[in-house]
Amino acid sequence: MAEAETAMQDNDGPLLTAEGLGKNYGRLAACRDVSFVLYPGEVLAIVGESGSGKSTLLQLLSAQLAASAGRVSYRMRDGVMRDLAALGEAERRFLFRTDWGFVHQDPALGLRMAVSAGANVGERLMAVGWNHYGRIRDTASSWLERVEIDTARIDDAPRTYSGGMRQRLQIARNLVTEPRLVFMDEPTGGLDLSVQARLLDLMRNLVSELGLAAIVVTHDLAVARLLSHRVMVMKGGRVIETGLTDQVLDDPHEPYTQLLVSSILPA
Amino acid sequence: MTAMIDISNAEKTFTMHLQGGVQLPVVRGVSFQVEPGECVVLSGPSGAGKSSILKMIFGNYRCDGGRIGIRHRGNLVDLASAEPRQVLSVRRDTIGYVSQFLRAVPRVATIDVVAEPLVVTGTTRTEAREWAGQLLRRLNIPERLWALPPSTFSGGEQQRVNIARGFISDLPILLLDEPTASLDAANRAVVVELIDEKKRNGVAMVAIVHDDEIRHLIADRIVDVTSFASVA
Repeated sequence: MAEAETAMQDNDGPLLTAEGLGKNYGRLAACRDVSFVLYPGEVLAIVGESGSGKSTLLQLLSAQLAASAGRVSYRMRDGVMRDLAALGEAERRFLFRTDWGFVHQDPALGLRMAVSAGANVGERLMAVGWNHYGRIRDTASSWLERVEIDTARIDDAPRTYSGGMRQRLQIARNLVTEPRLVFMDEPTGGLDLSVQARLLDLMRNLVSELGLAAIVVTHDLAVARLLSHRVMVMKGGRVIETGLTDQVLDDPHEPYTQLLVSSILPA
Repeated sequence: MTAMIDISNAEKTFTMHLQGGVQLPVVRGVSFQVEPGECVVLSGPSGAGKSSILKMIFGNYRCDGGRIGIRHRGNLVDLASAEPRQVLSVRRDTIGYVSQFLRAVPRVATIDVVAEPLVVTGTTRTEAREWAGQLLRRLNIPERLWALPPSTFSGGEQQRVNIARGFISDLPILLLDEPTASLDAANRAVVVELIDEKKRNGVAMVAIVHDDEIRHLIADRIVDVTSFASVA
């Protein structure tokens, strides 16, 4: 944490930059002219309603979708900024397996549902060259503890887990390789409120303890407030307002942002 | 210039797009300074813009004009035009804010809610908890409550937790929004004592207090907010 904070406050280089990013599907512009800079240890929330282009943007940023315009650059572990579109296959694989995490809304997309929880976590370690069974199992088990899953369930498949447990397992699987950047797509979507609260609290602690940078797509402003430093509001494929999270939520300027903020039901 | 806070000509207007774009002018021409060890109390009736000014100093409300100068690690930073990263850095190392209400995170124990600002700046958790415990004890929060999240506490208890969290850091600027509003006499006296200690340590403070007696006890200077009224 202390290290990440220092990185954030000093004029350290950016971790990821997006310049003029856009995506067209035929004549439909799903995402237009998005530019921003993300620094190490910084958590950015992308908010907006369904169809605003936020999920498309997340796919562009994480190199799962080719952009129609603009580019994304990422600082590799050697400190060099690289254009994601120009990476070789081995470097891309390295990013996906080690330096990045991707938490899907539906845990079934991020987990292998039929193999044990321990193997789900261990698989990411084996992909980066771990081969000692005992060490892999110990590490997997300590990560299950960290995400508050009873280690007695290590040999059970996530099929047998509740929705909240599956989501926590997905997080453990992503964080075990100590990534520097985690993408999250509606990480609390579809969960009960009490389960959401627990998950949010857990993610908030892990992100700050590990000094992770994260880009979180959510339509839930409470999630943005709790997890993020900065927020970008999207509408019709464009970023219409951006700033510190509490500024944008407490003093929204754009008509659409004011509508979003005023639509929150009081608890 | 030695001032910790130097505000000149700051102004704020809300545009309510959902109400047909109605303009709500709040304040304009806000100009004053706060020196180290000084407590400035903002006065004026409800709705005059006292809380808005406090939020502008914290970078929570954006300014429509003017400058919010903050002395941050020896340099003057203008929060009205600062980058988000810079605002966060100023909040971590320079400005503390005690809001009227505690925004608690579910599941976090009271002692950790209070200790968090110290942990974030690098104090070990054990030491931070020790300081947190001392403050909670002074503010008469019984030890049996420390392990519980404050969301179930009474209004007065939550406010005292909030005060402990706000006063635990050694930040050179502290903003206080009605820190004594729902406290009894004994706890109000503790808050006055804590403010005095901060003054002796050279902390610059801006406060909003409605209680005349408390205002007399803590104010070194009073800034009348009605003089910044926006004429619509």
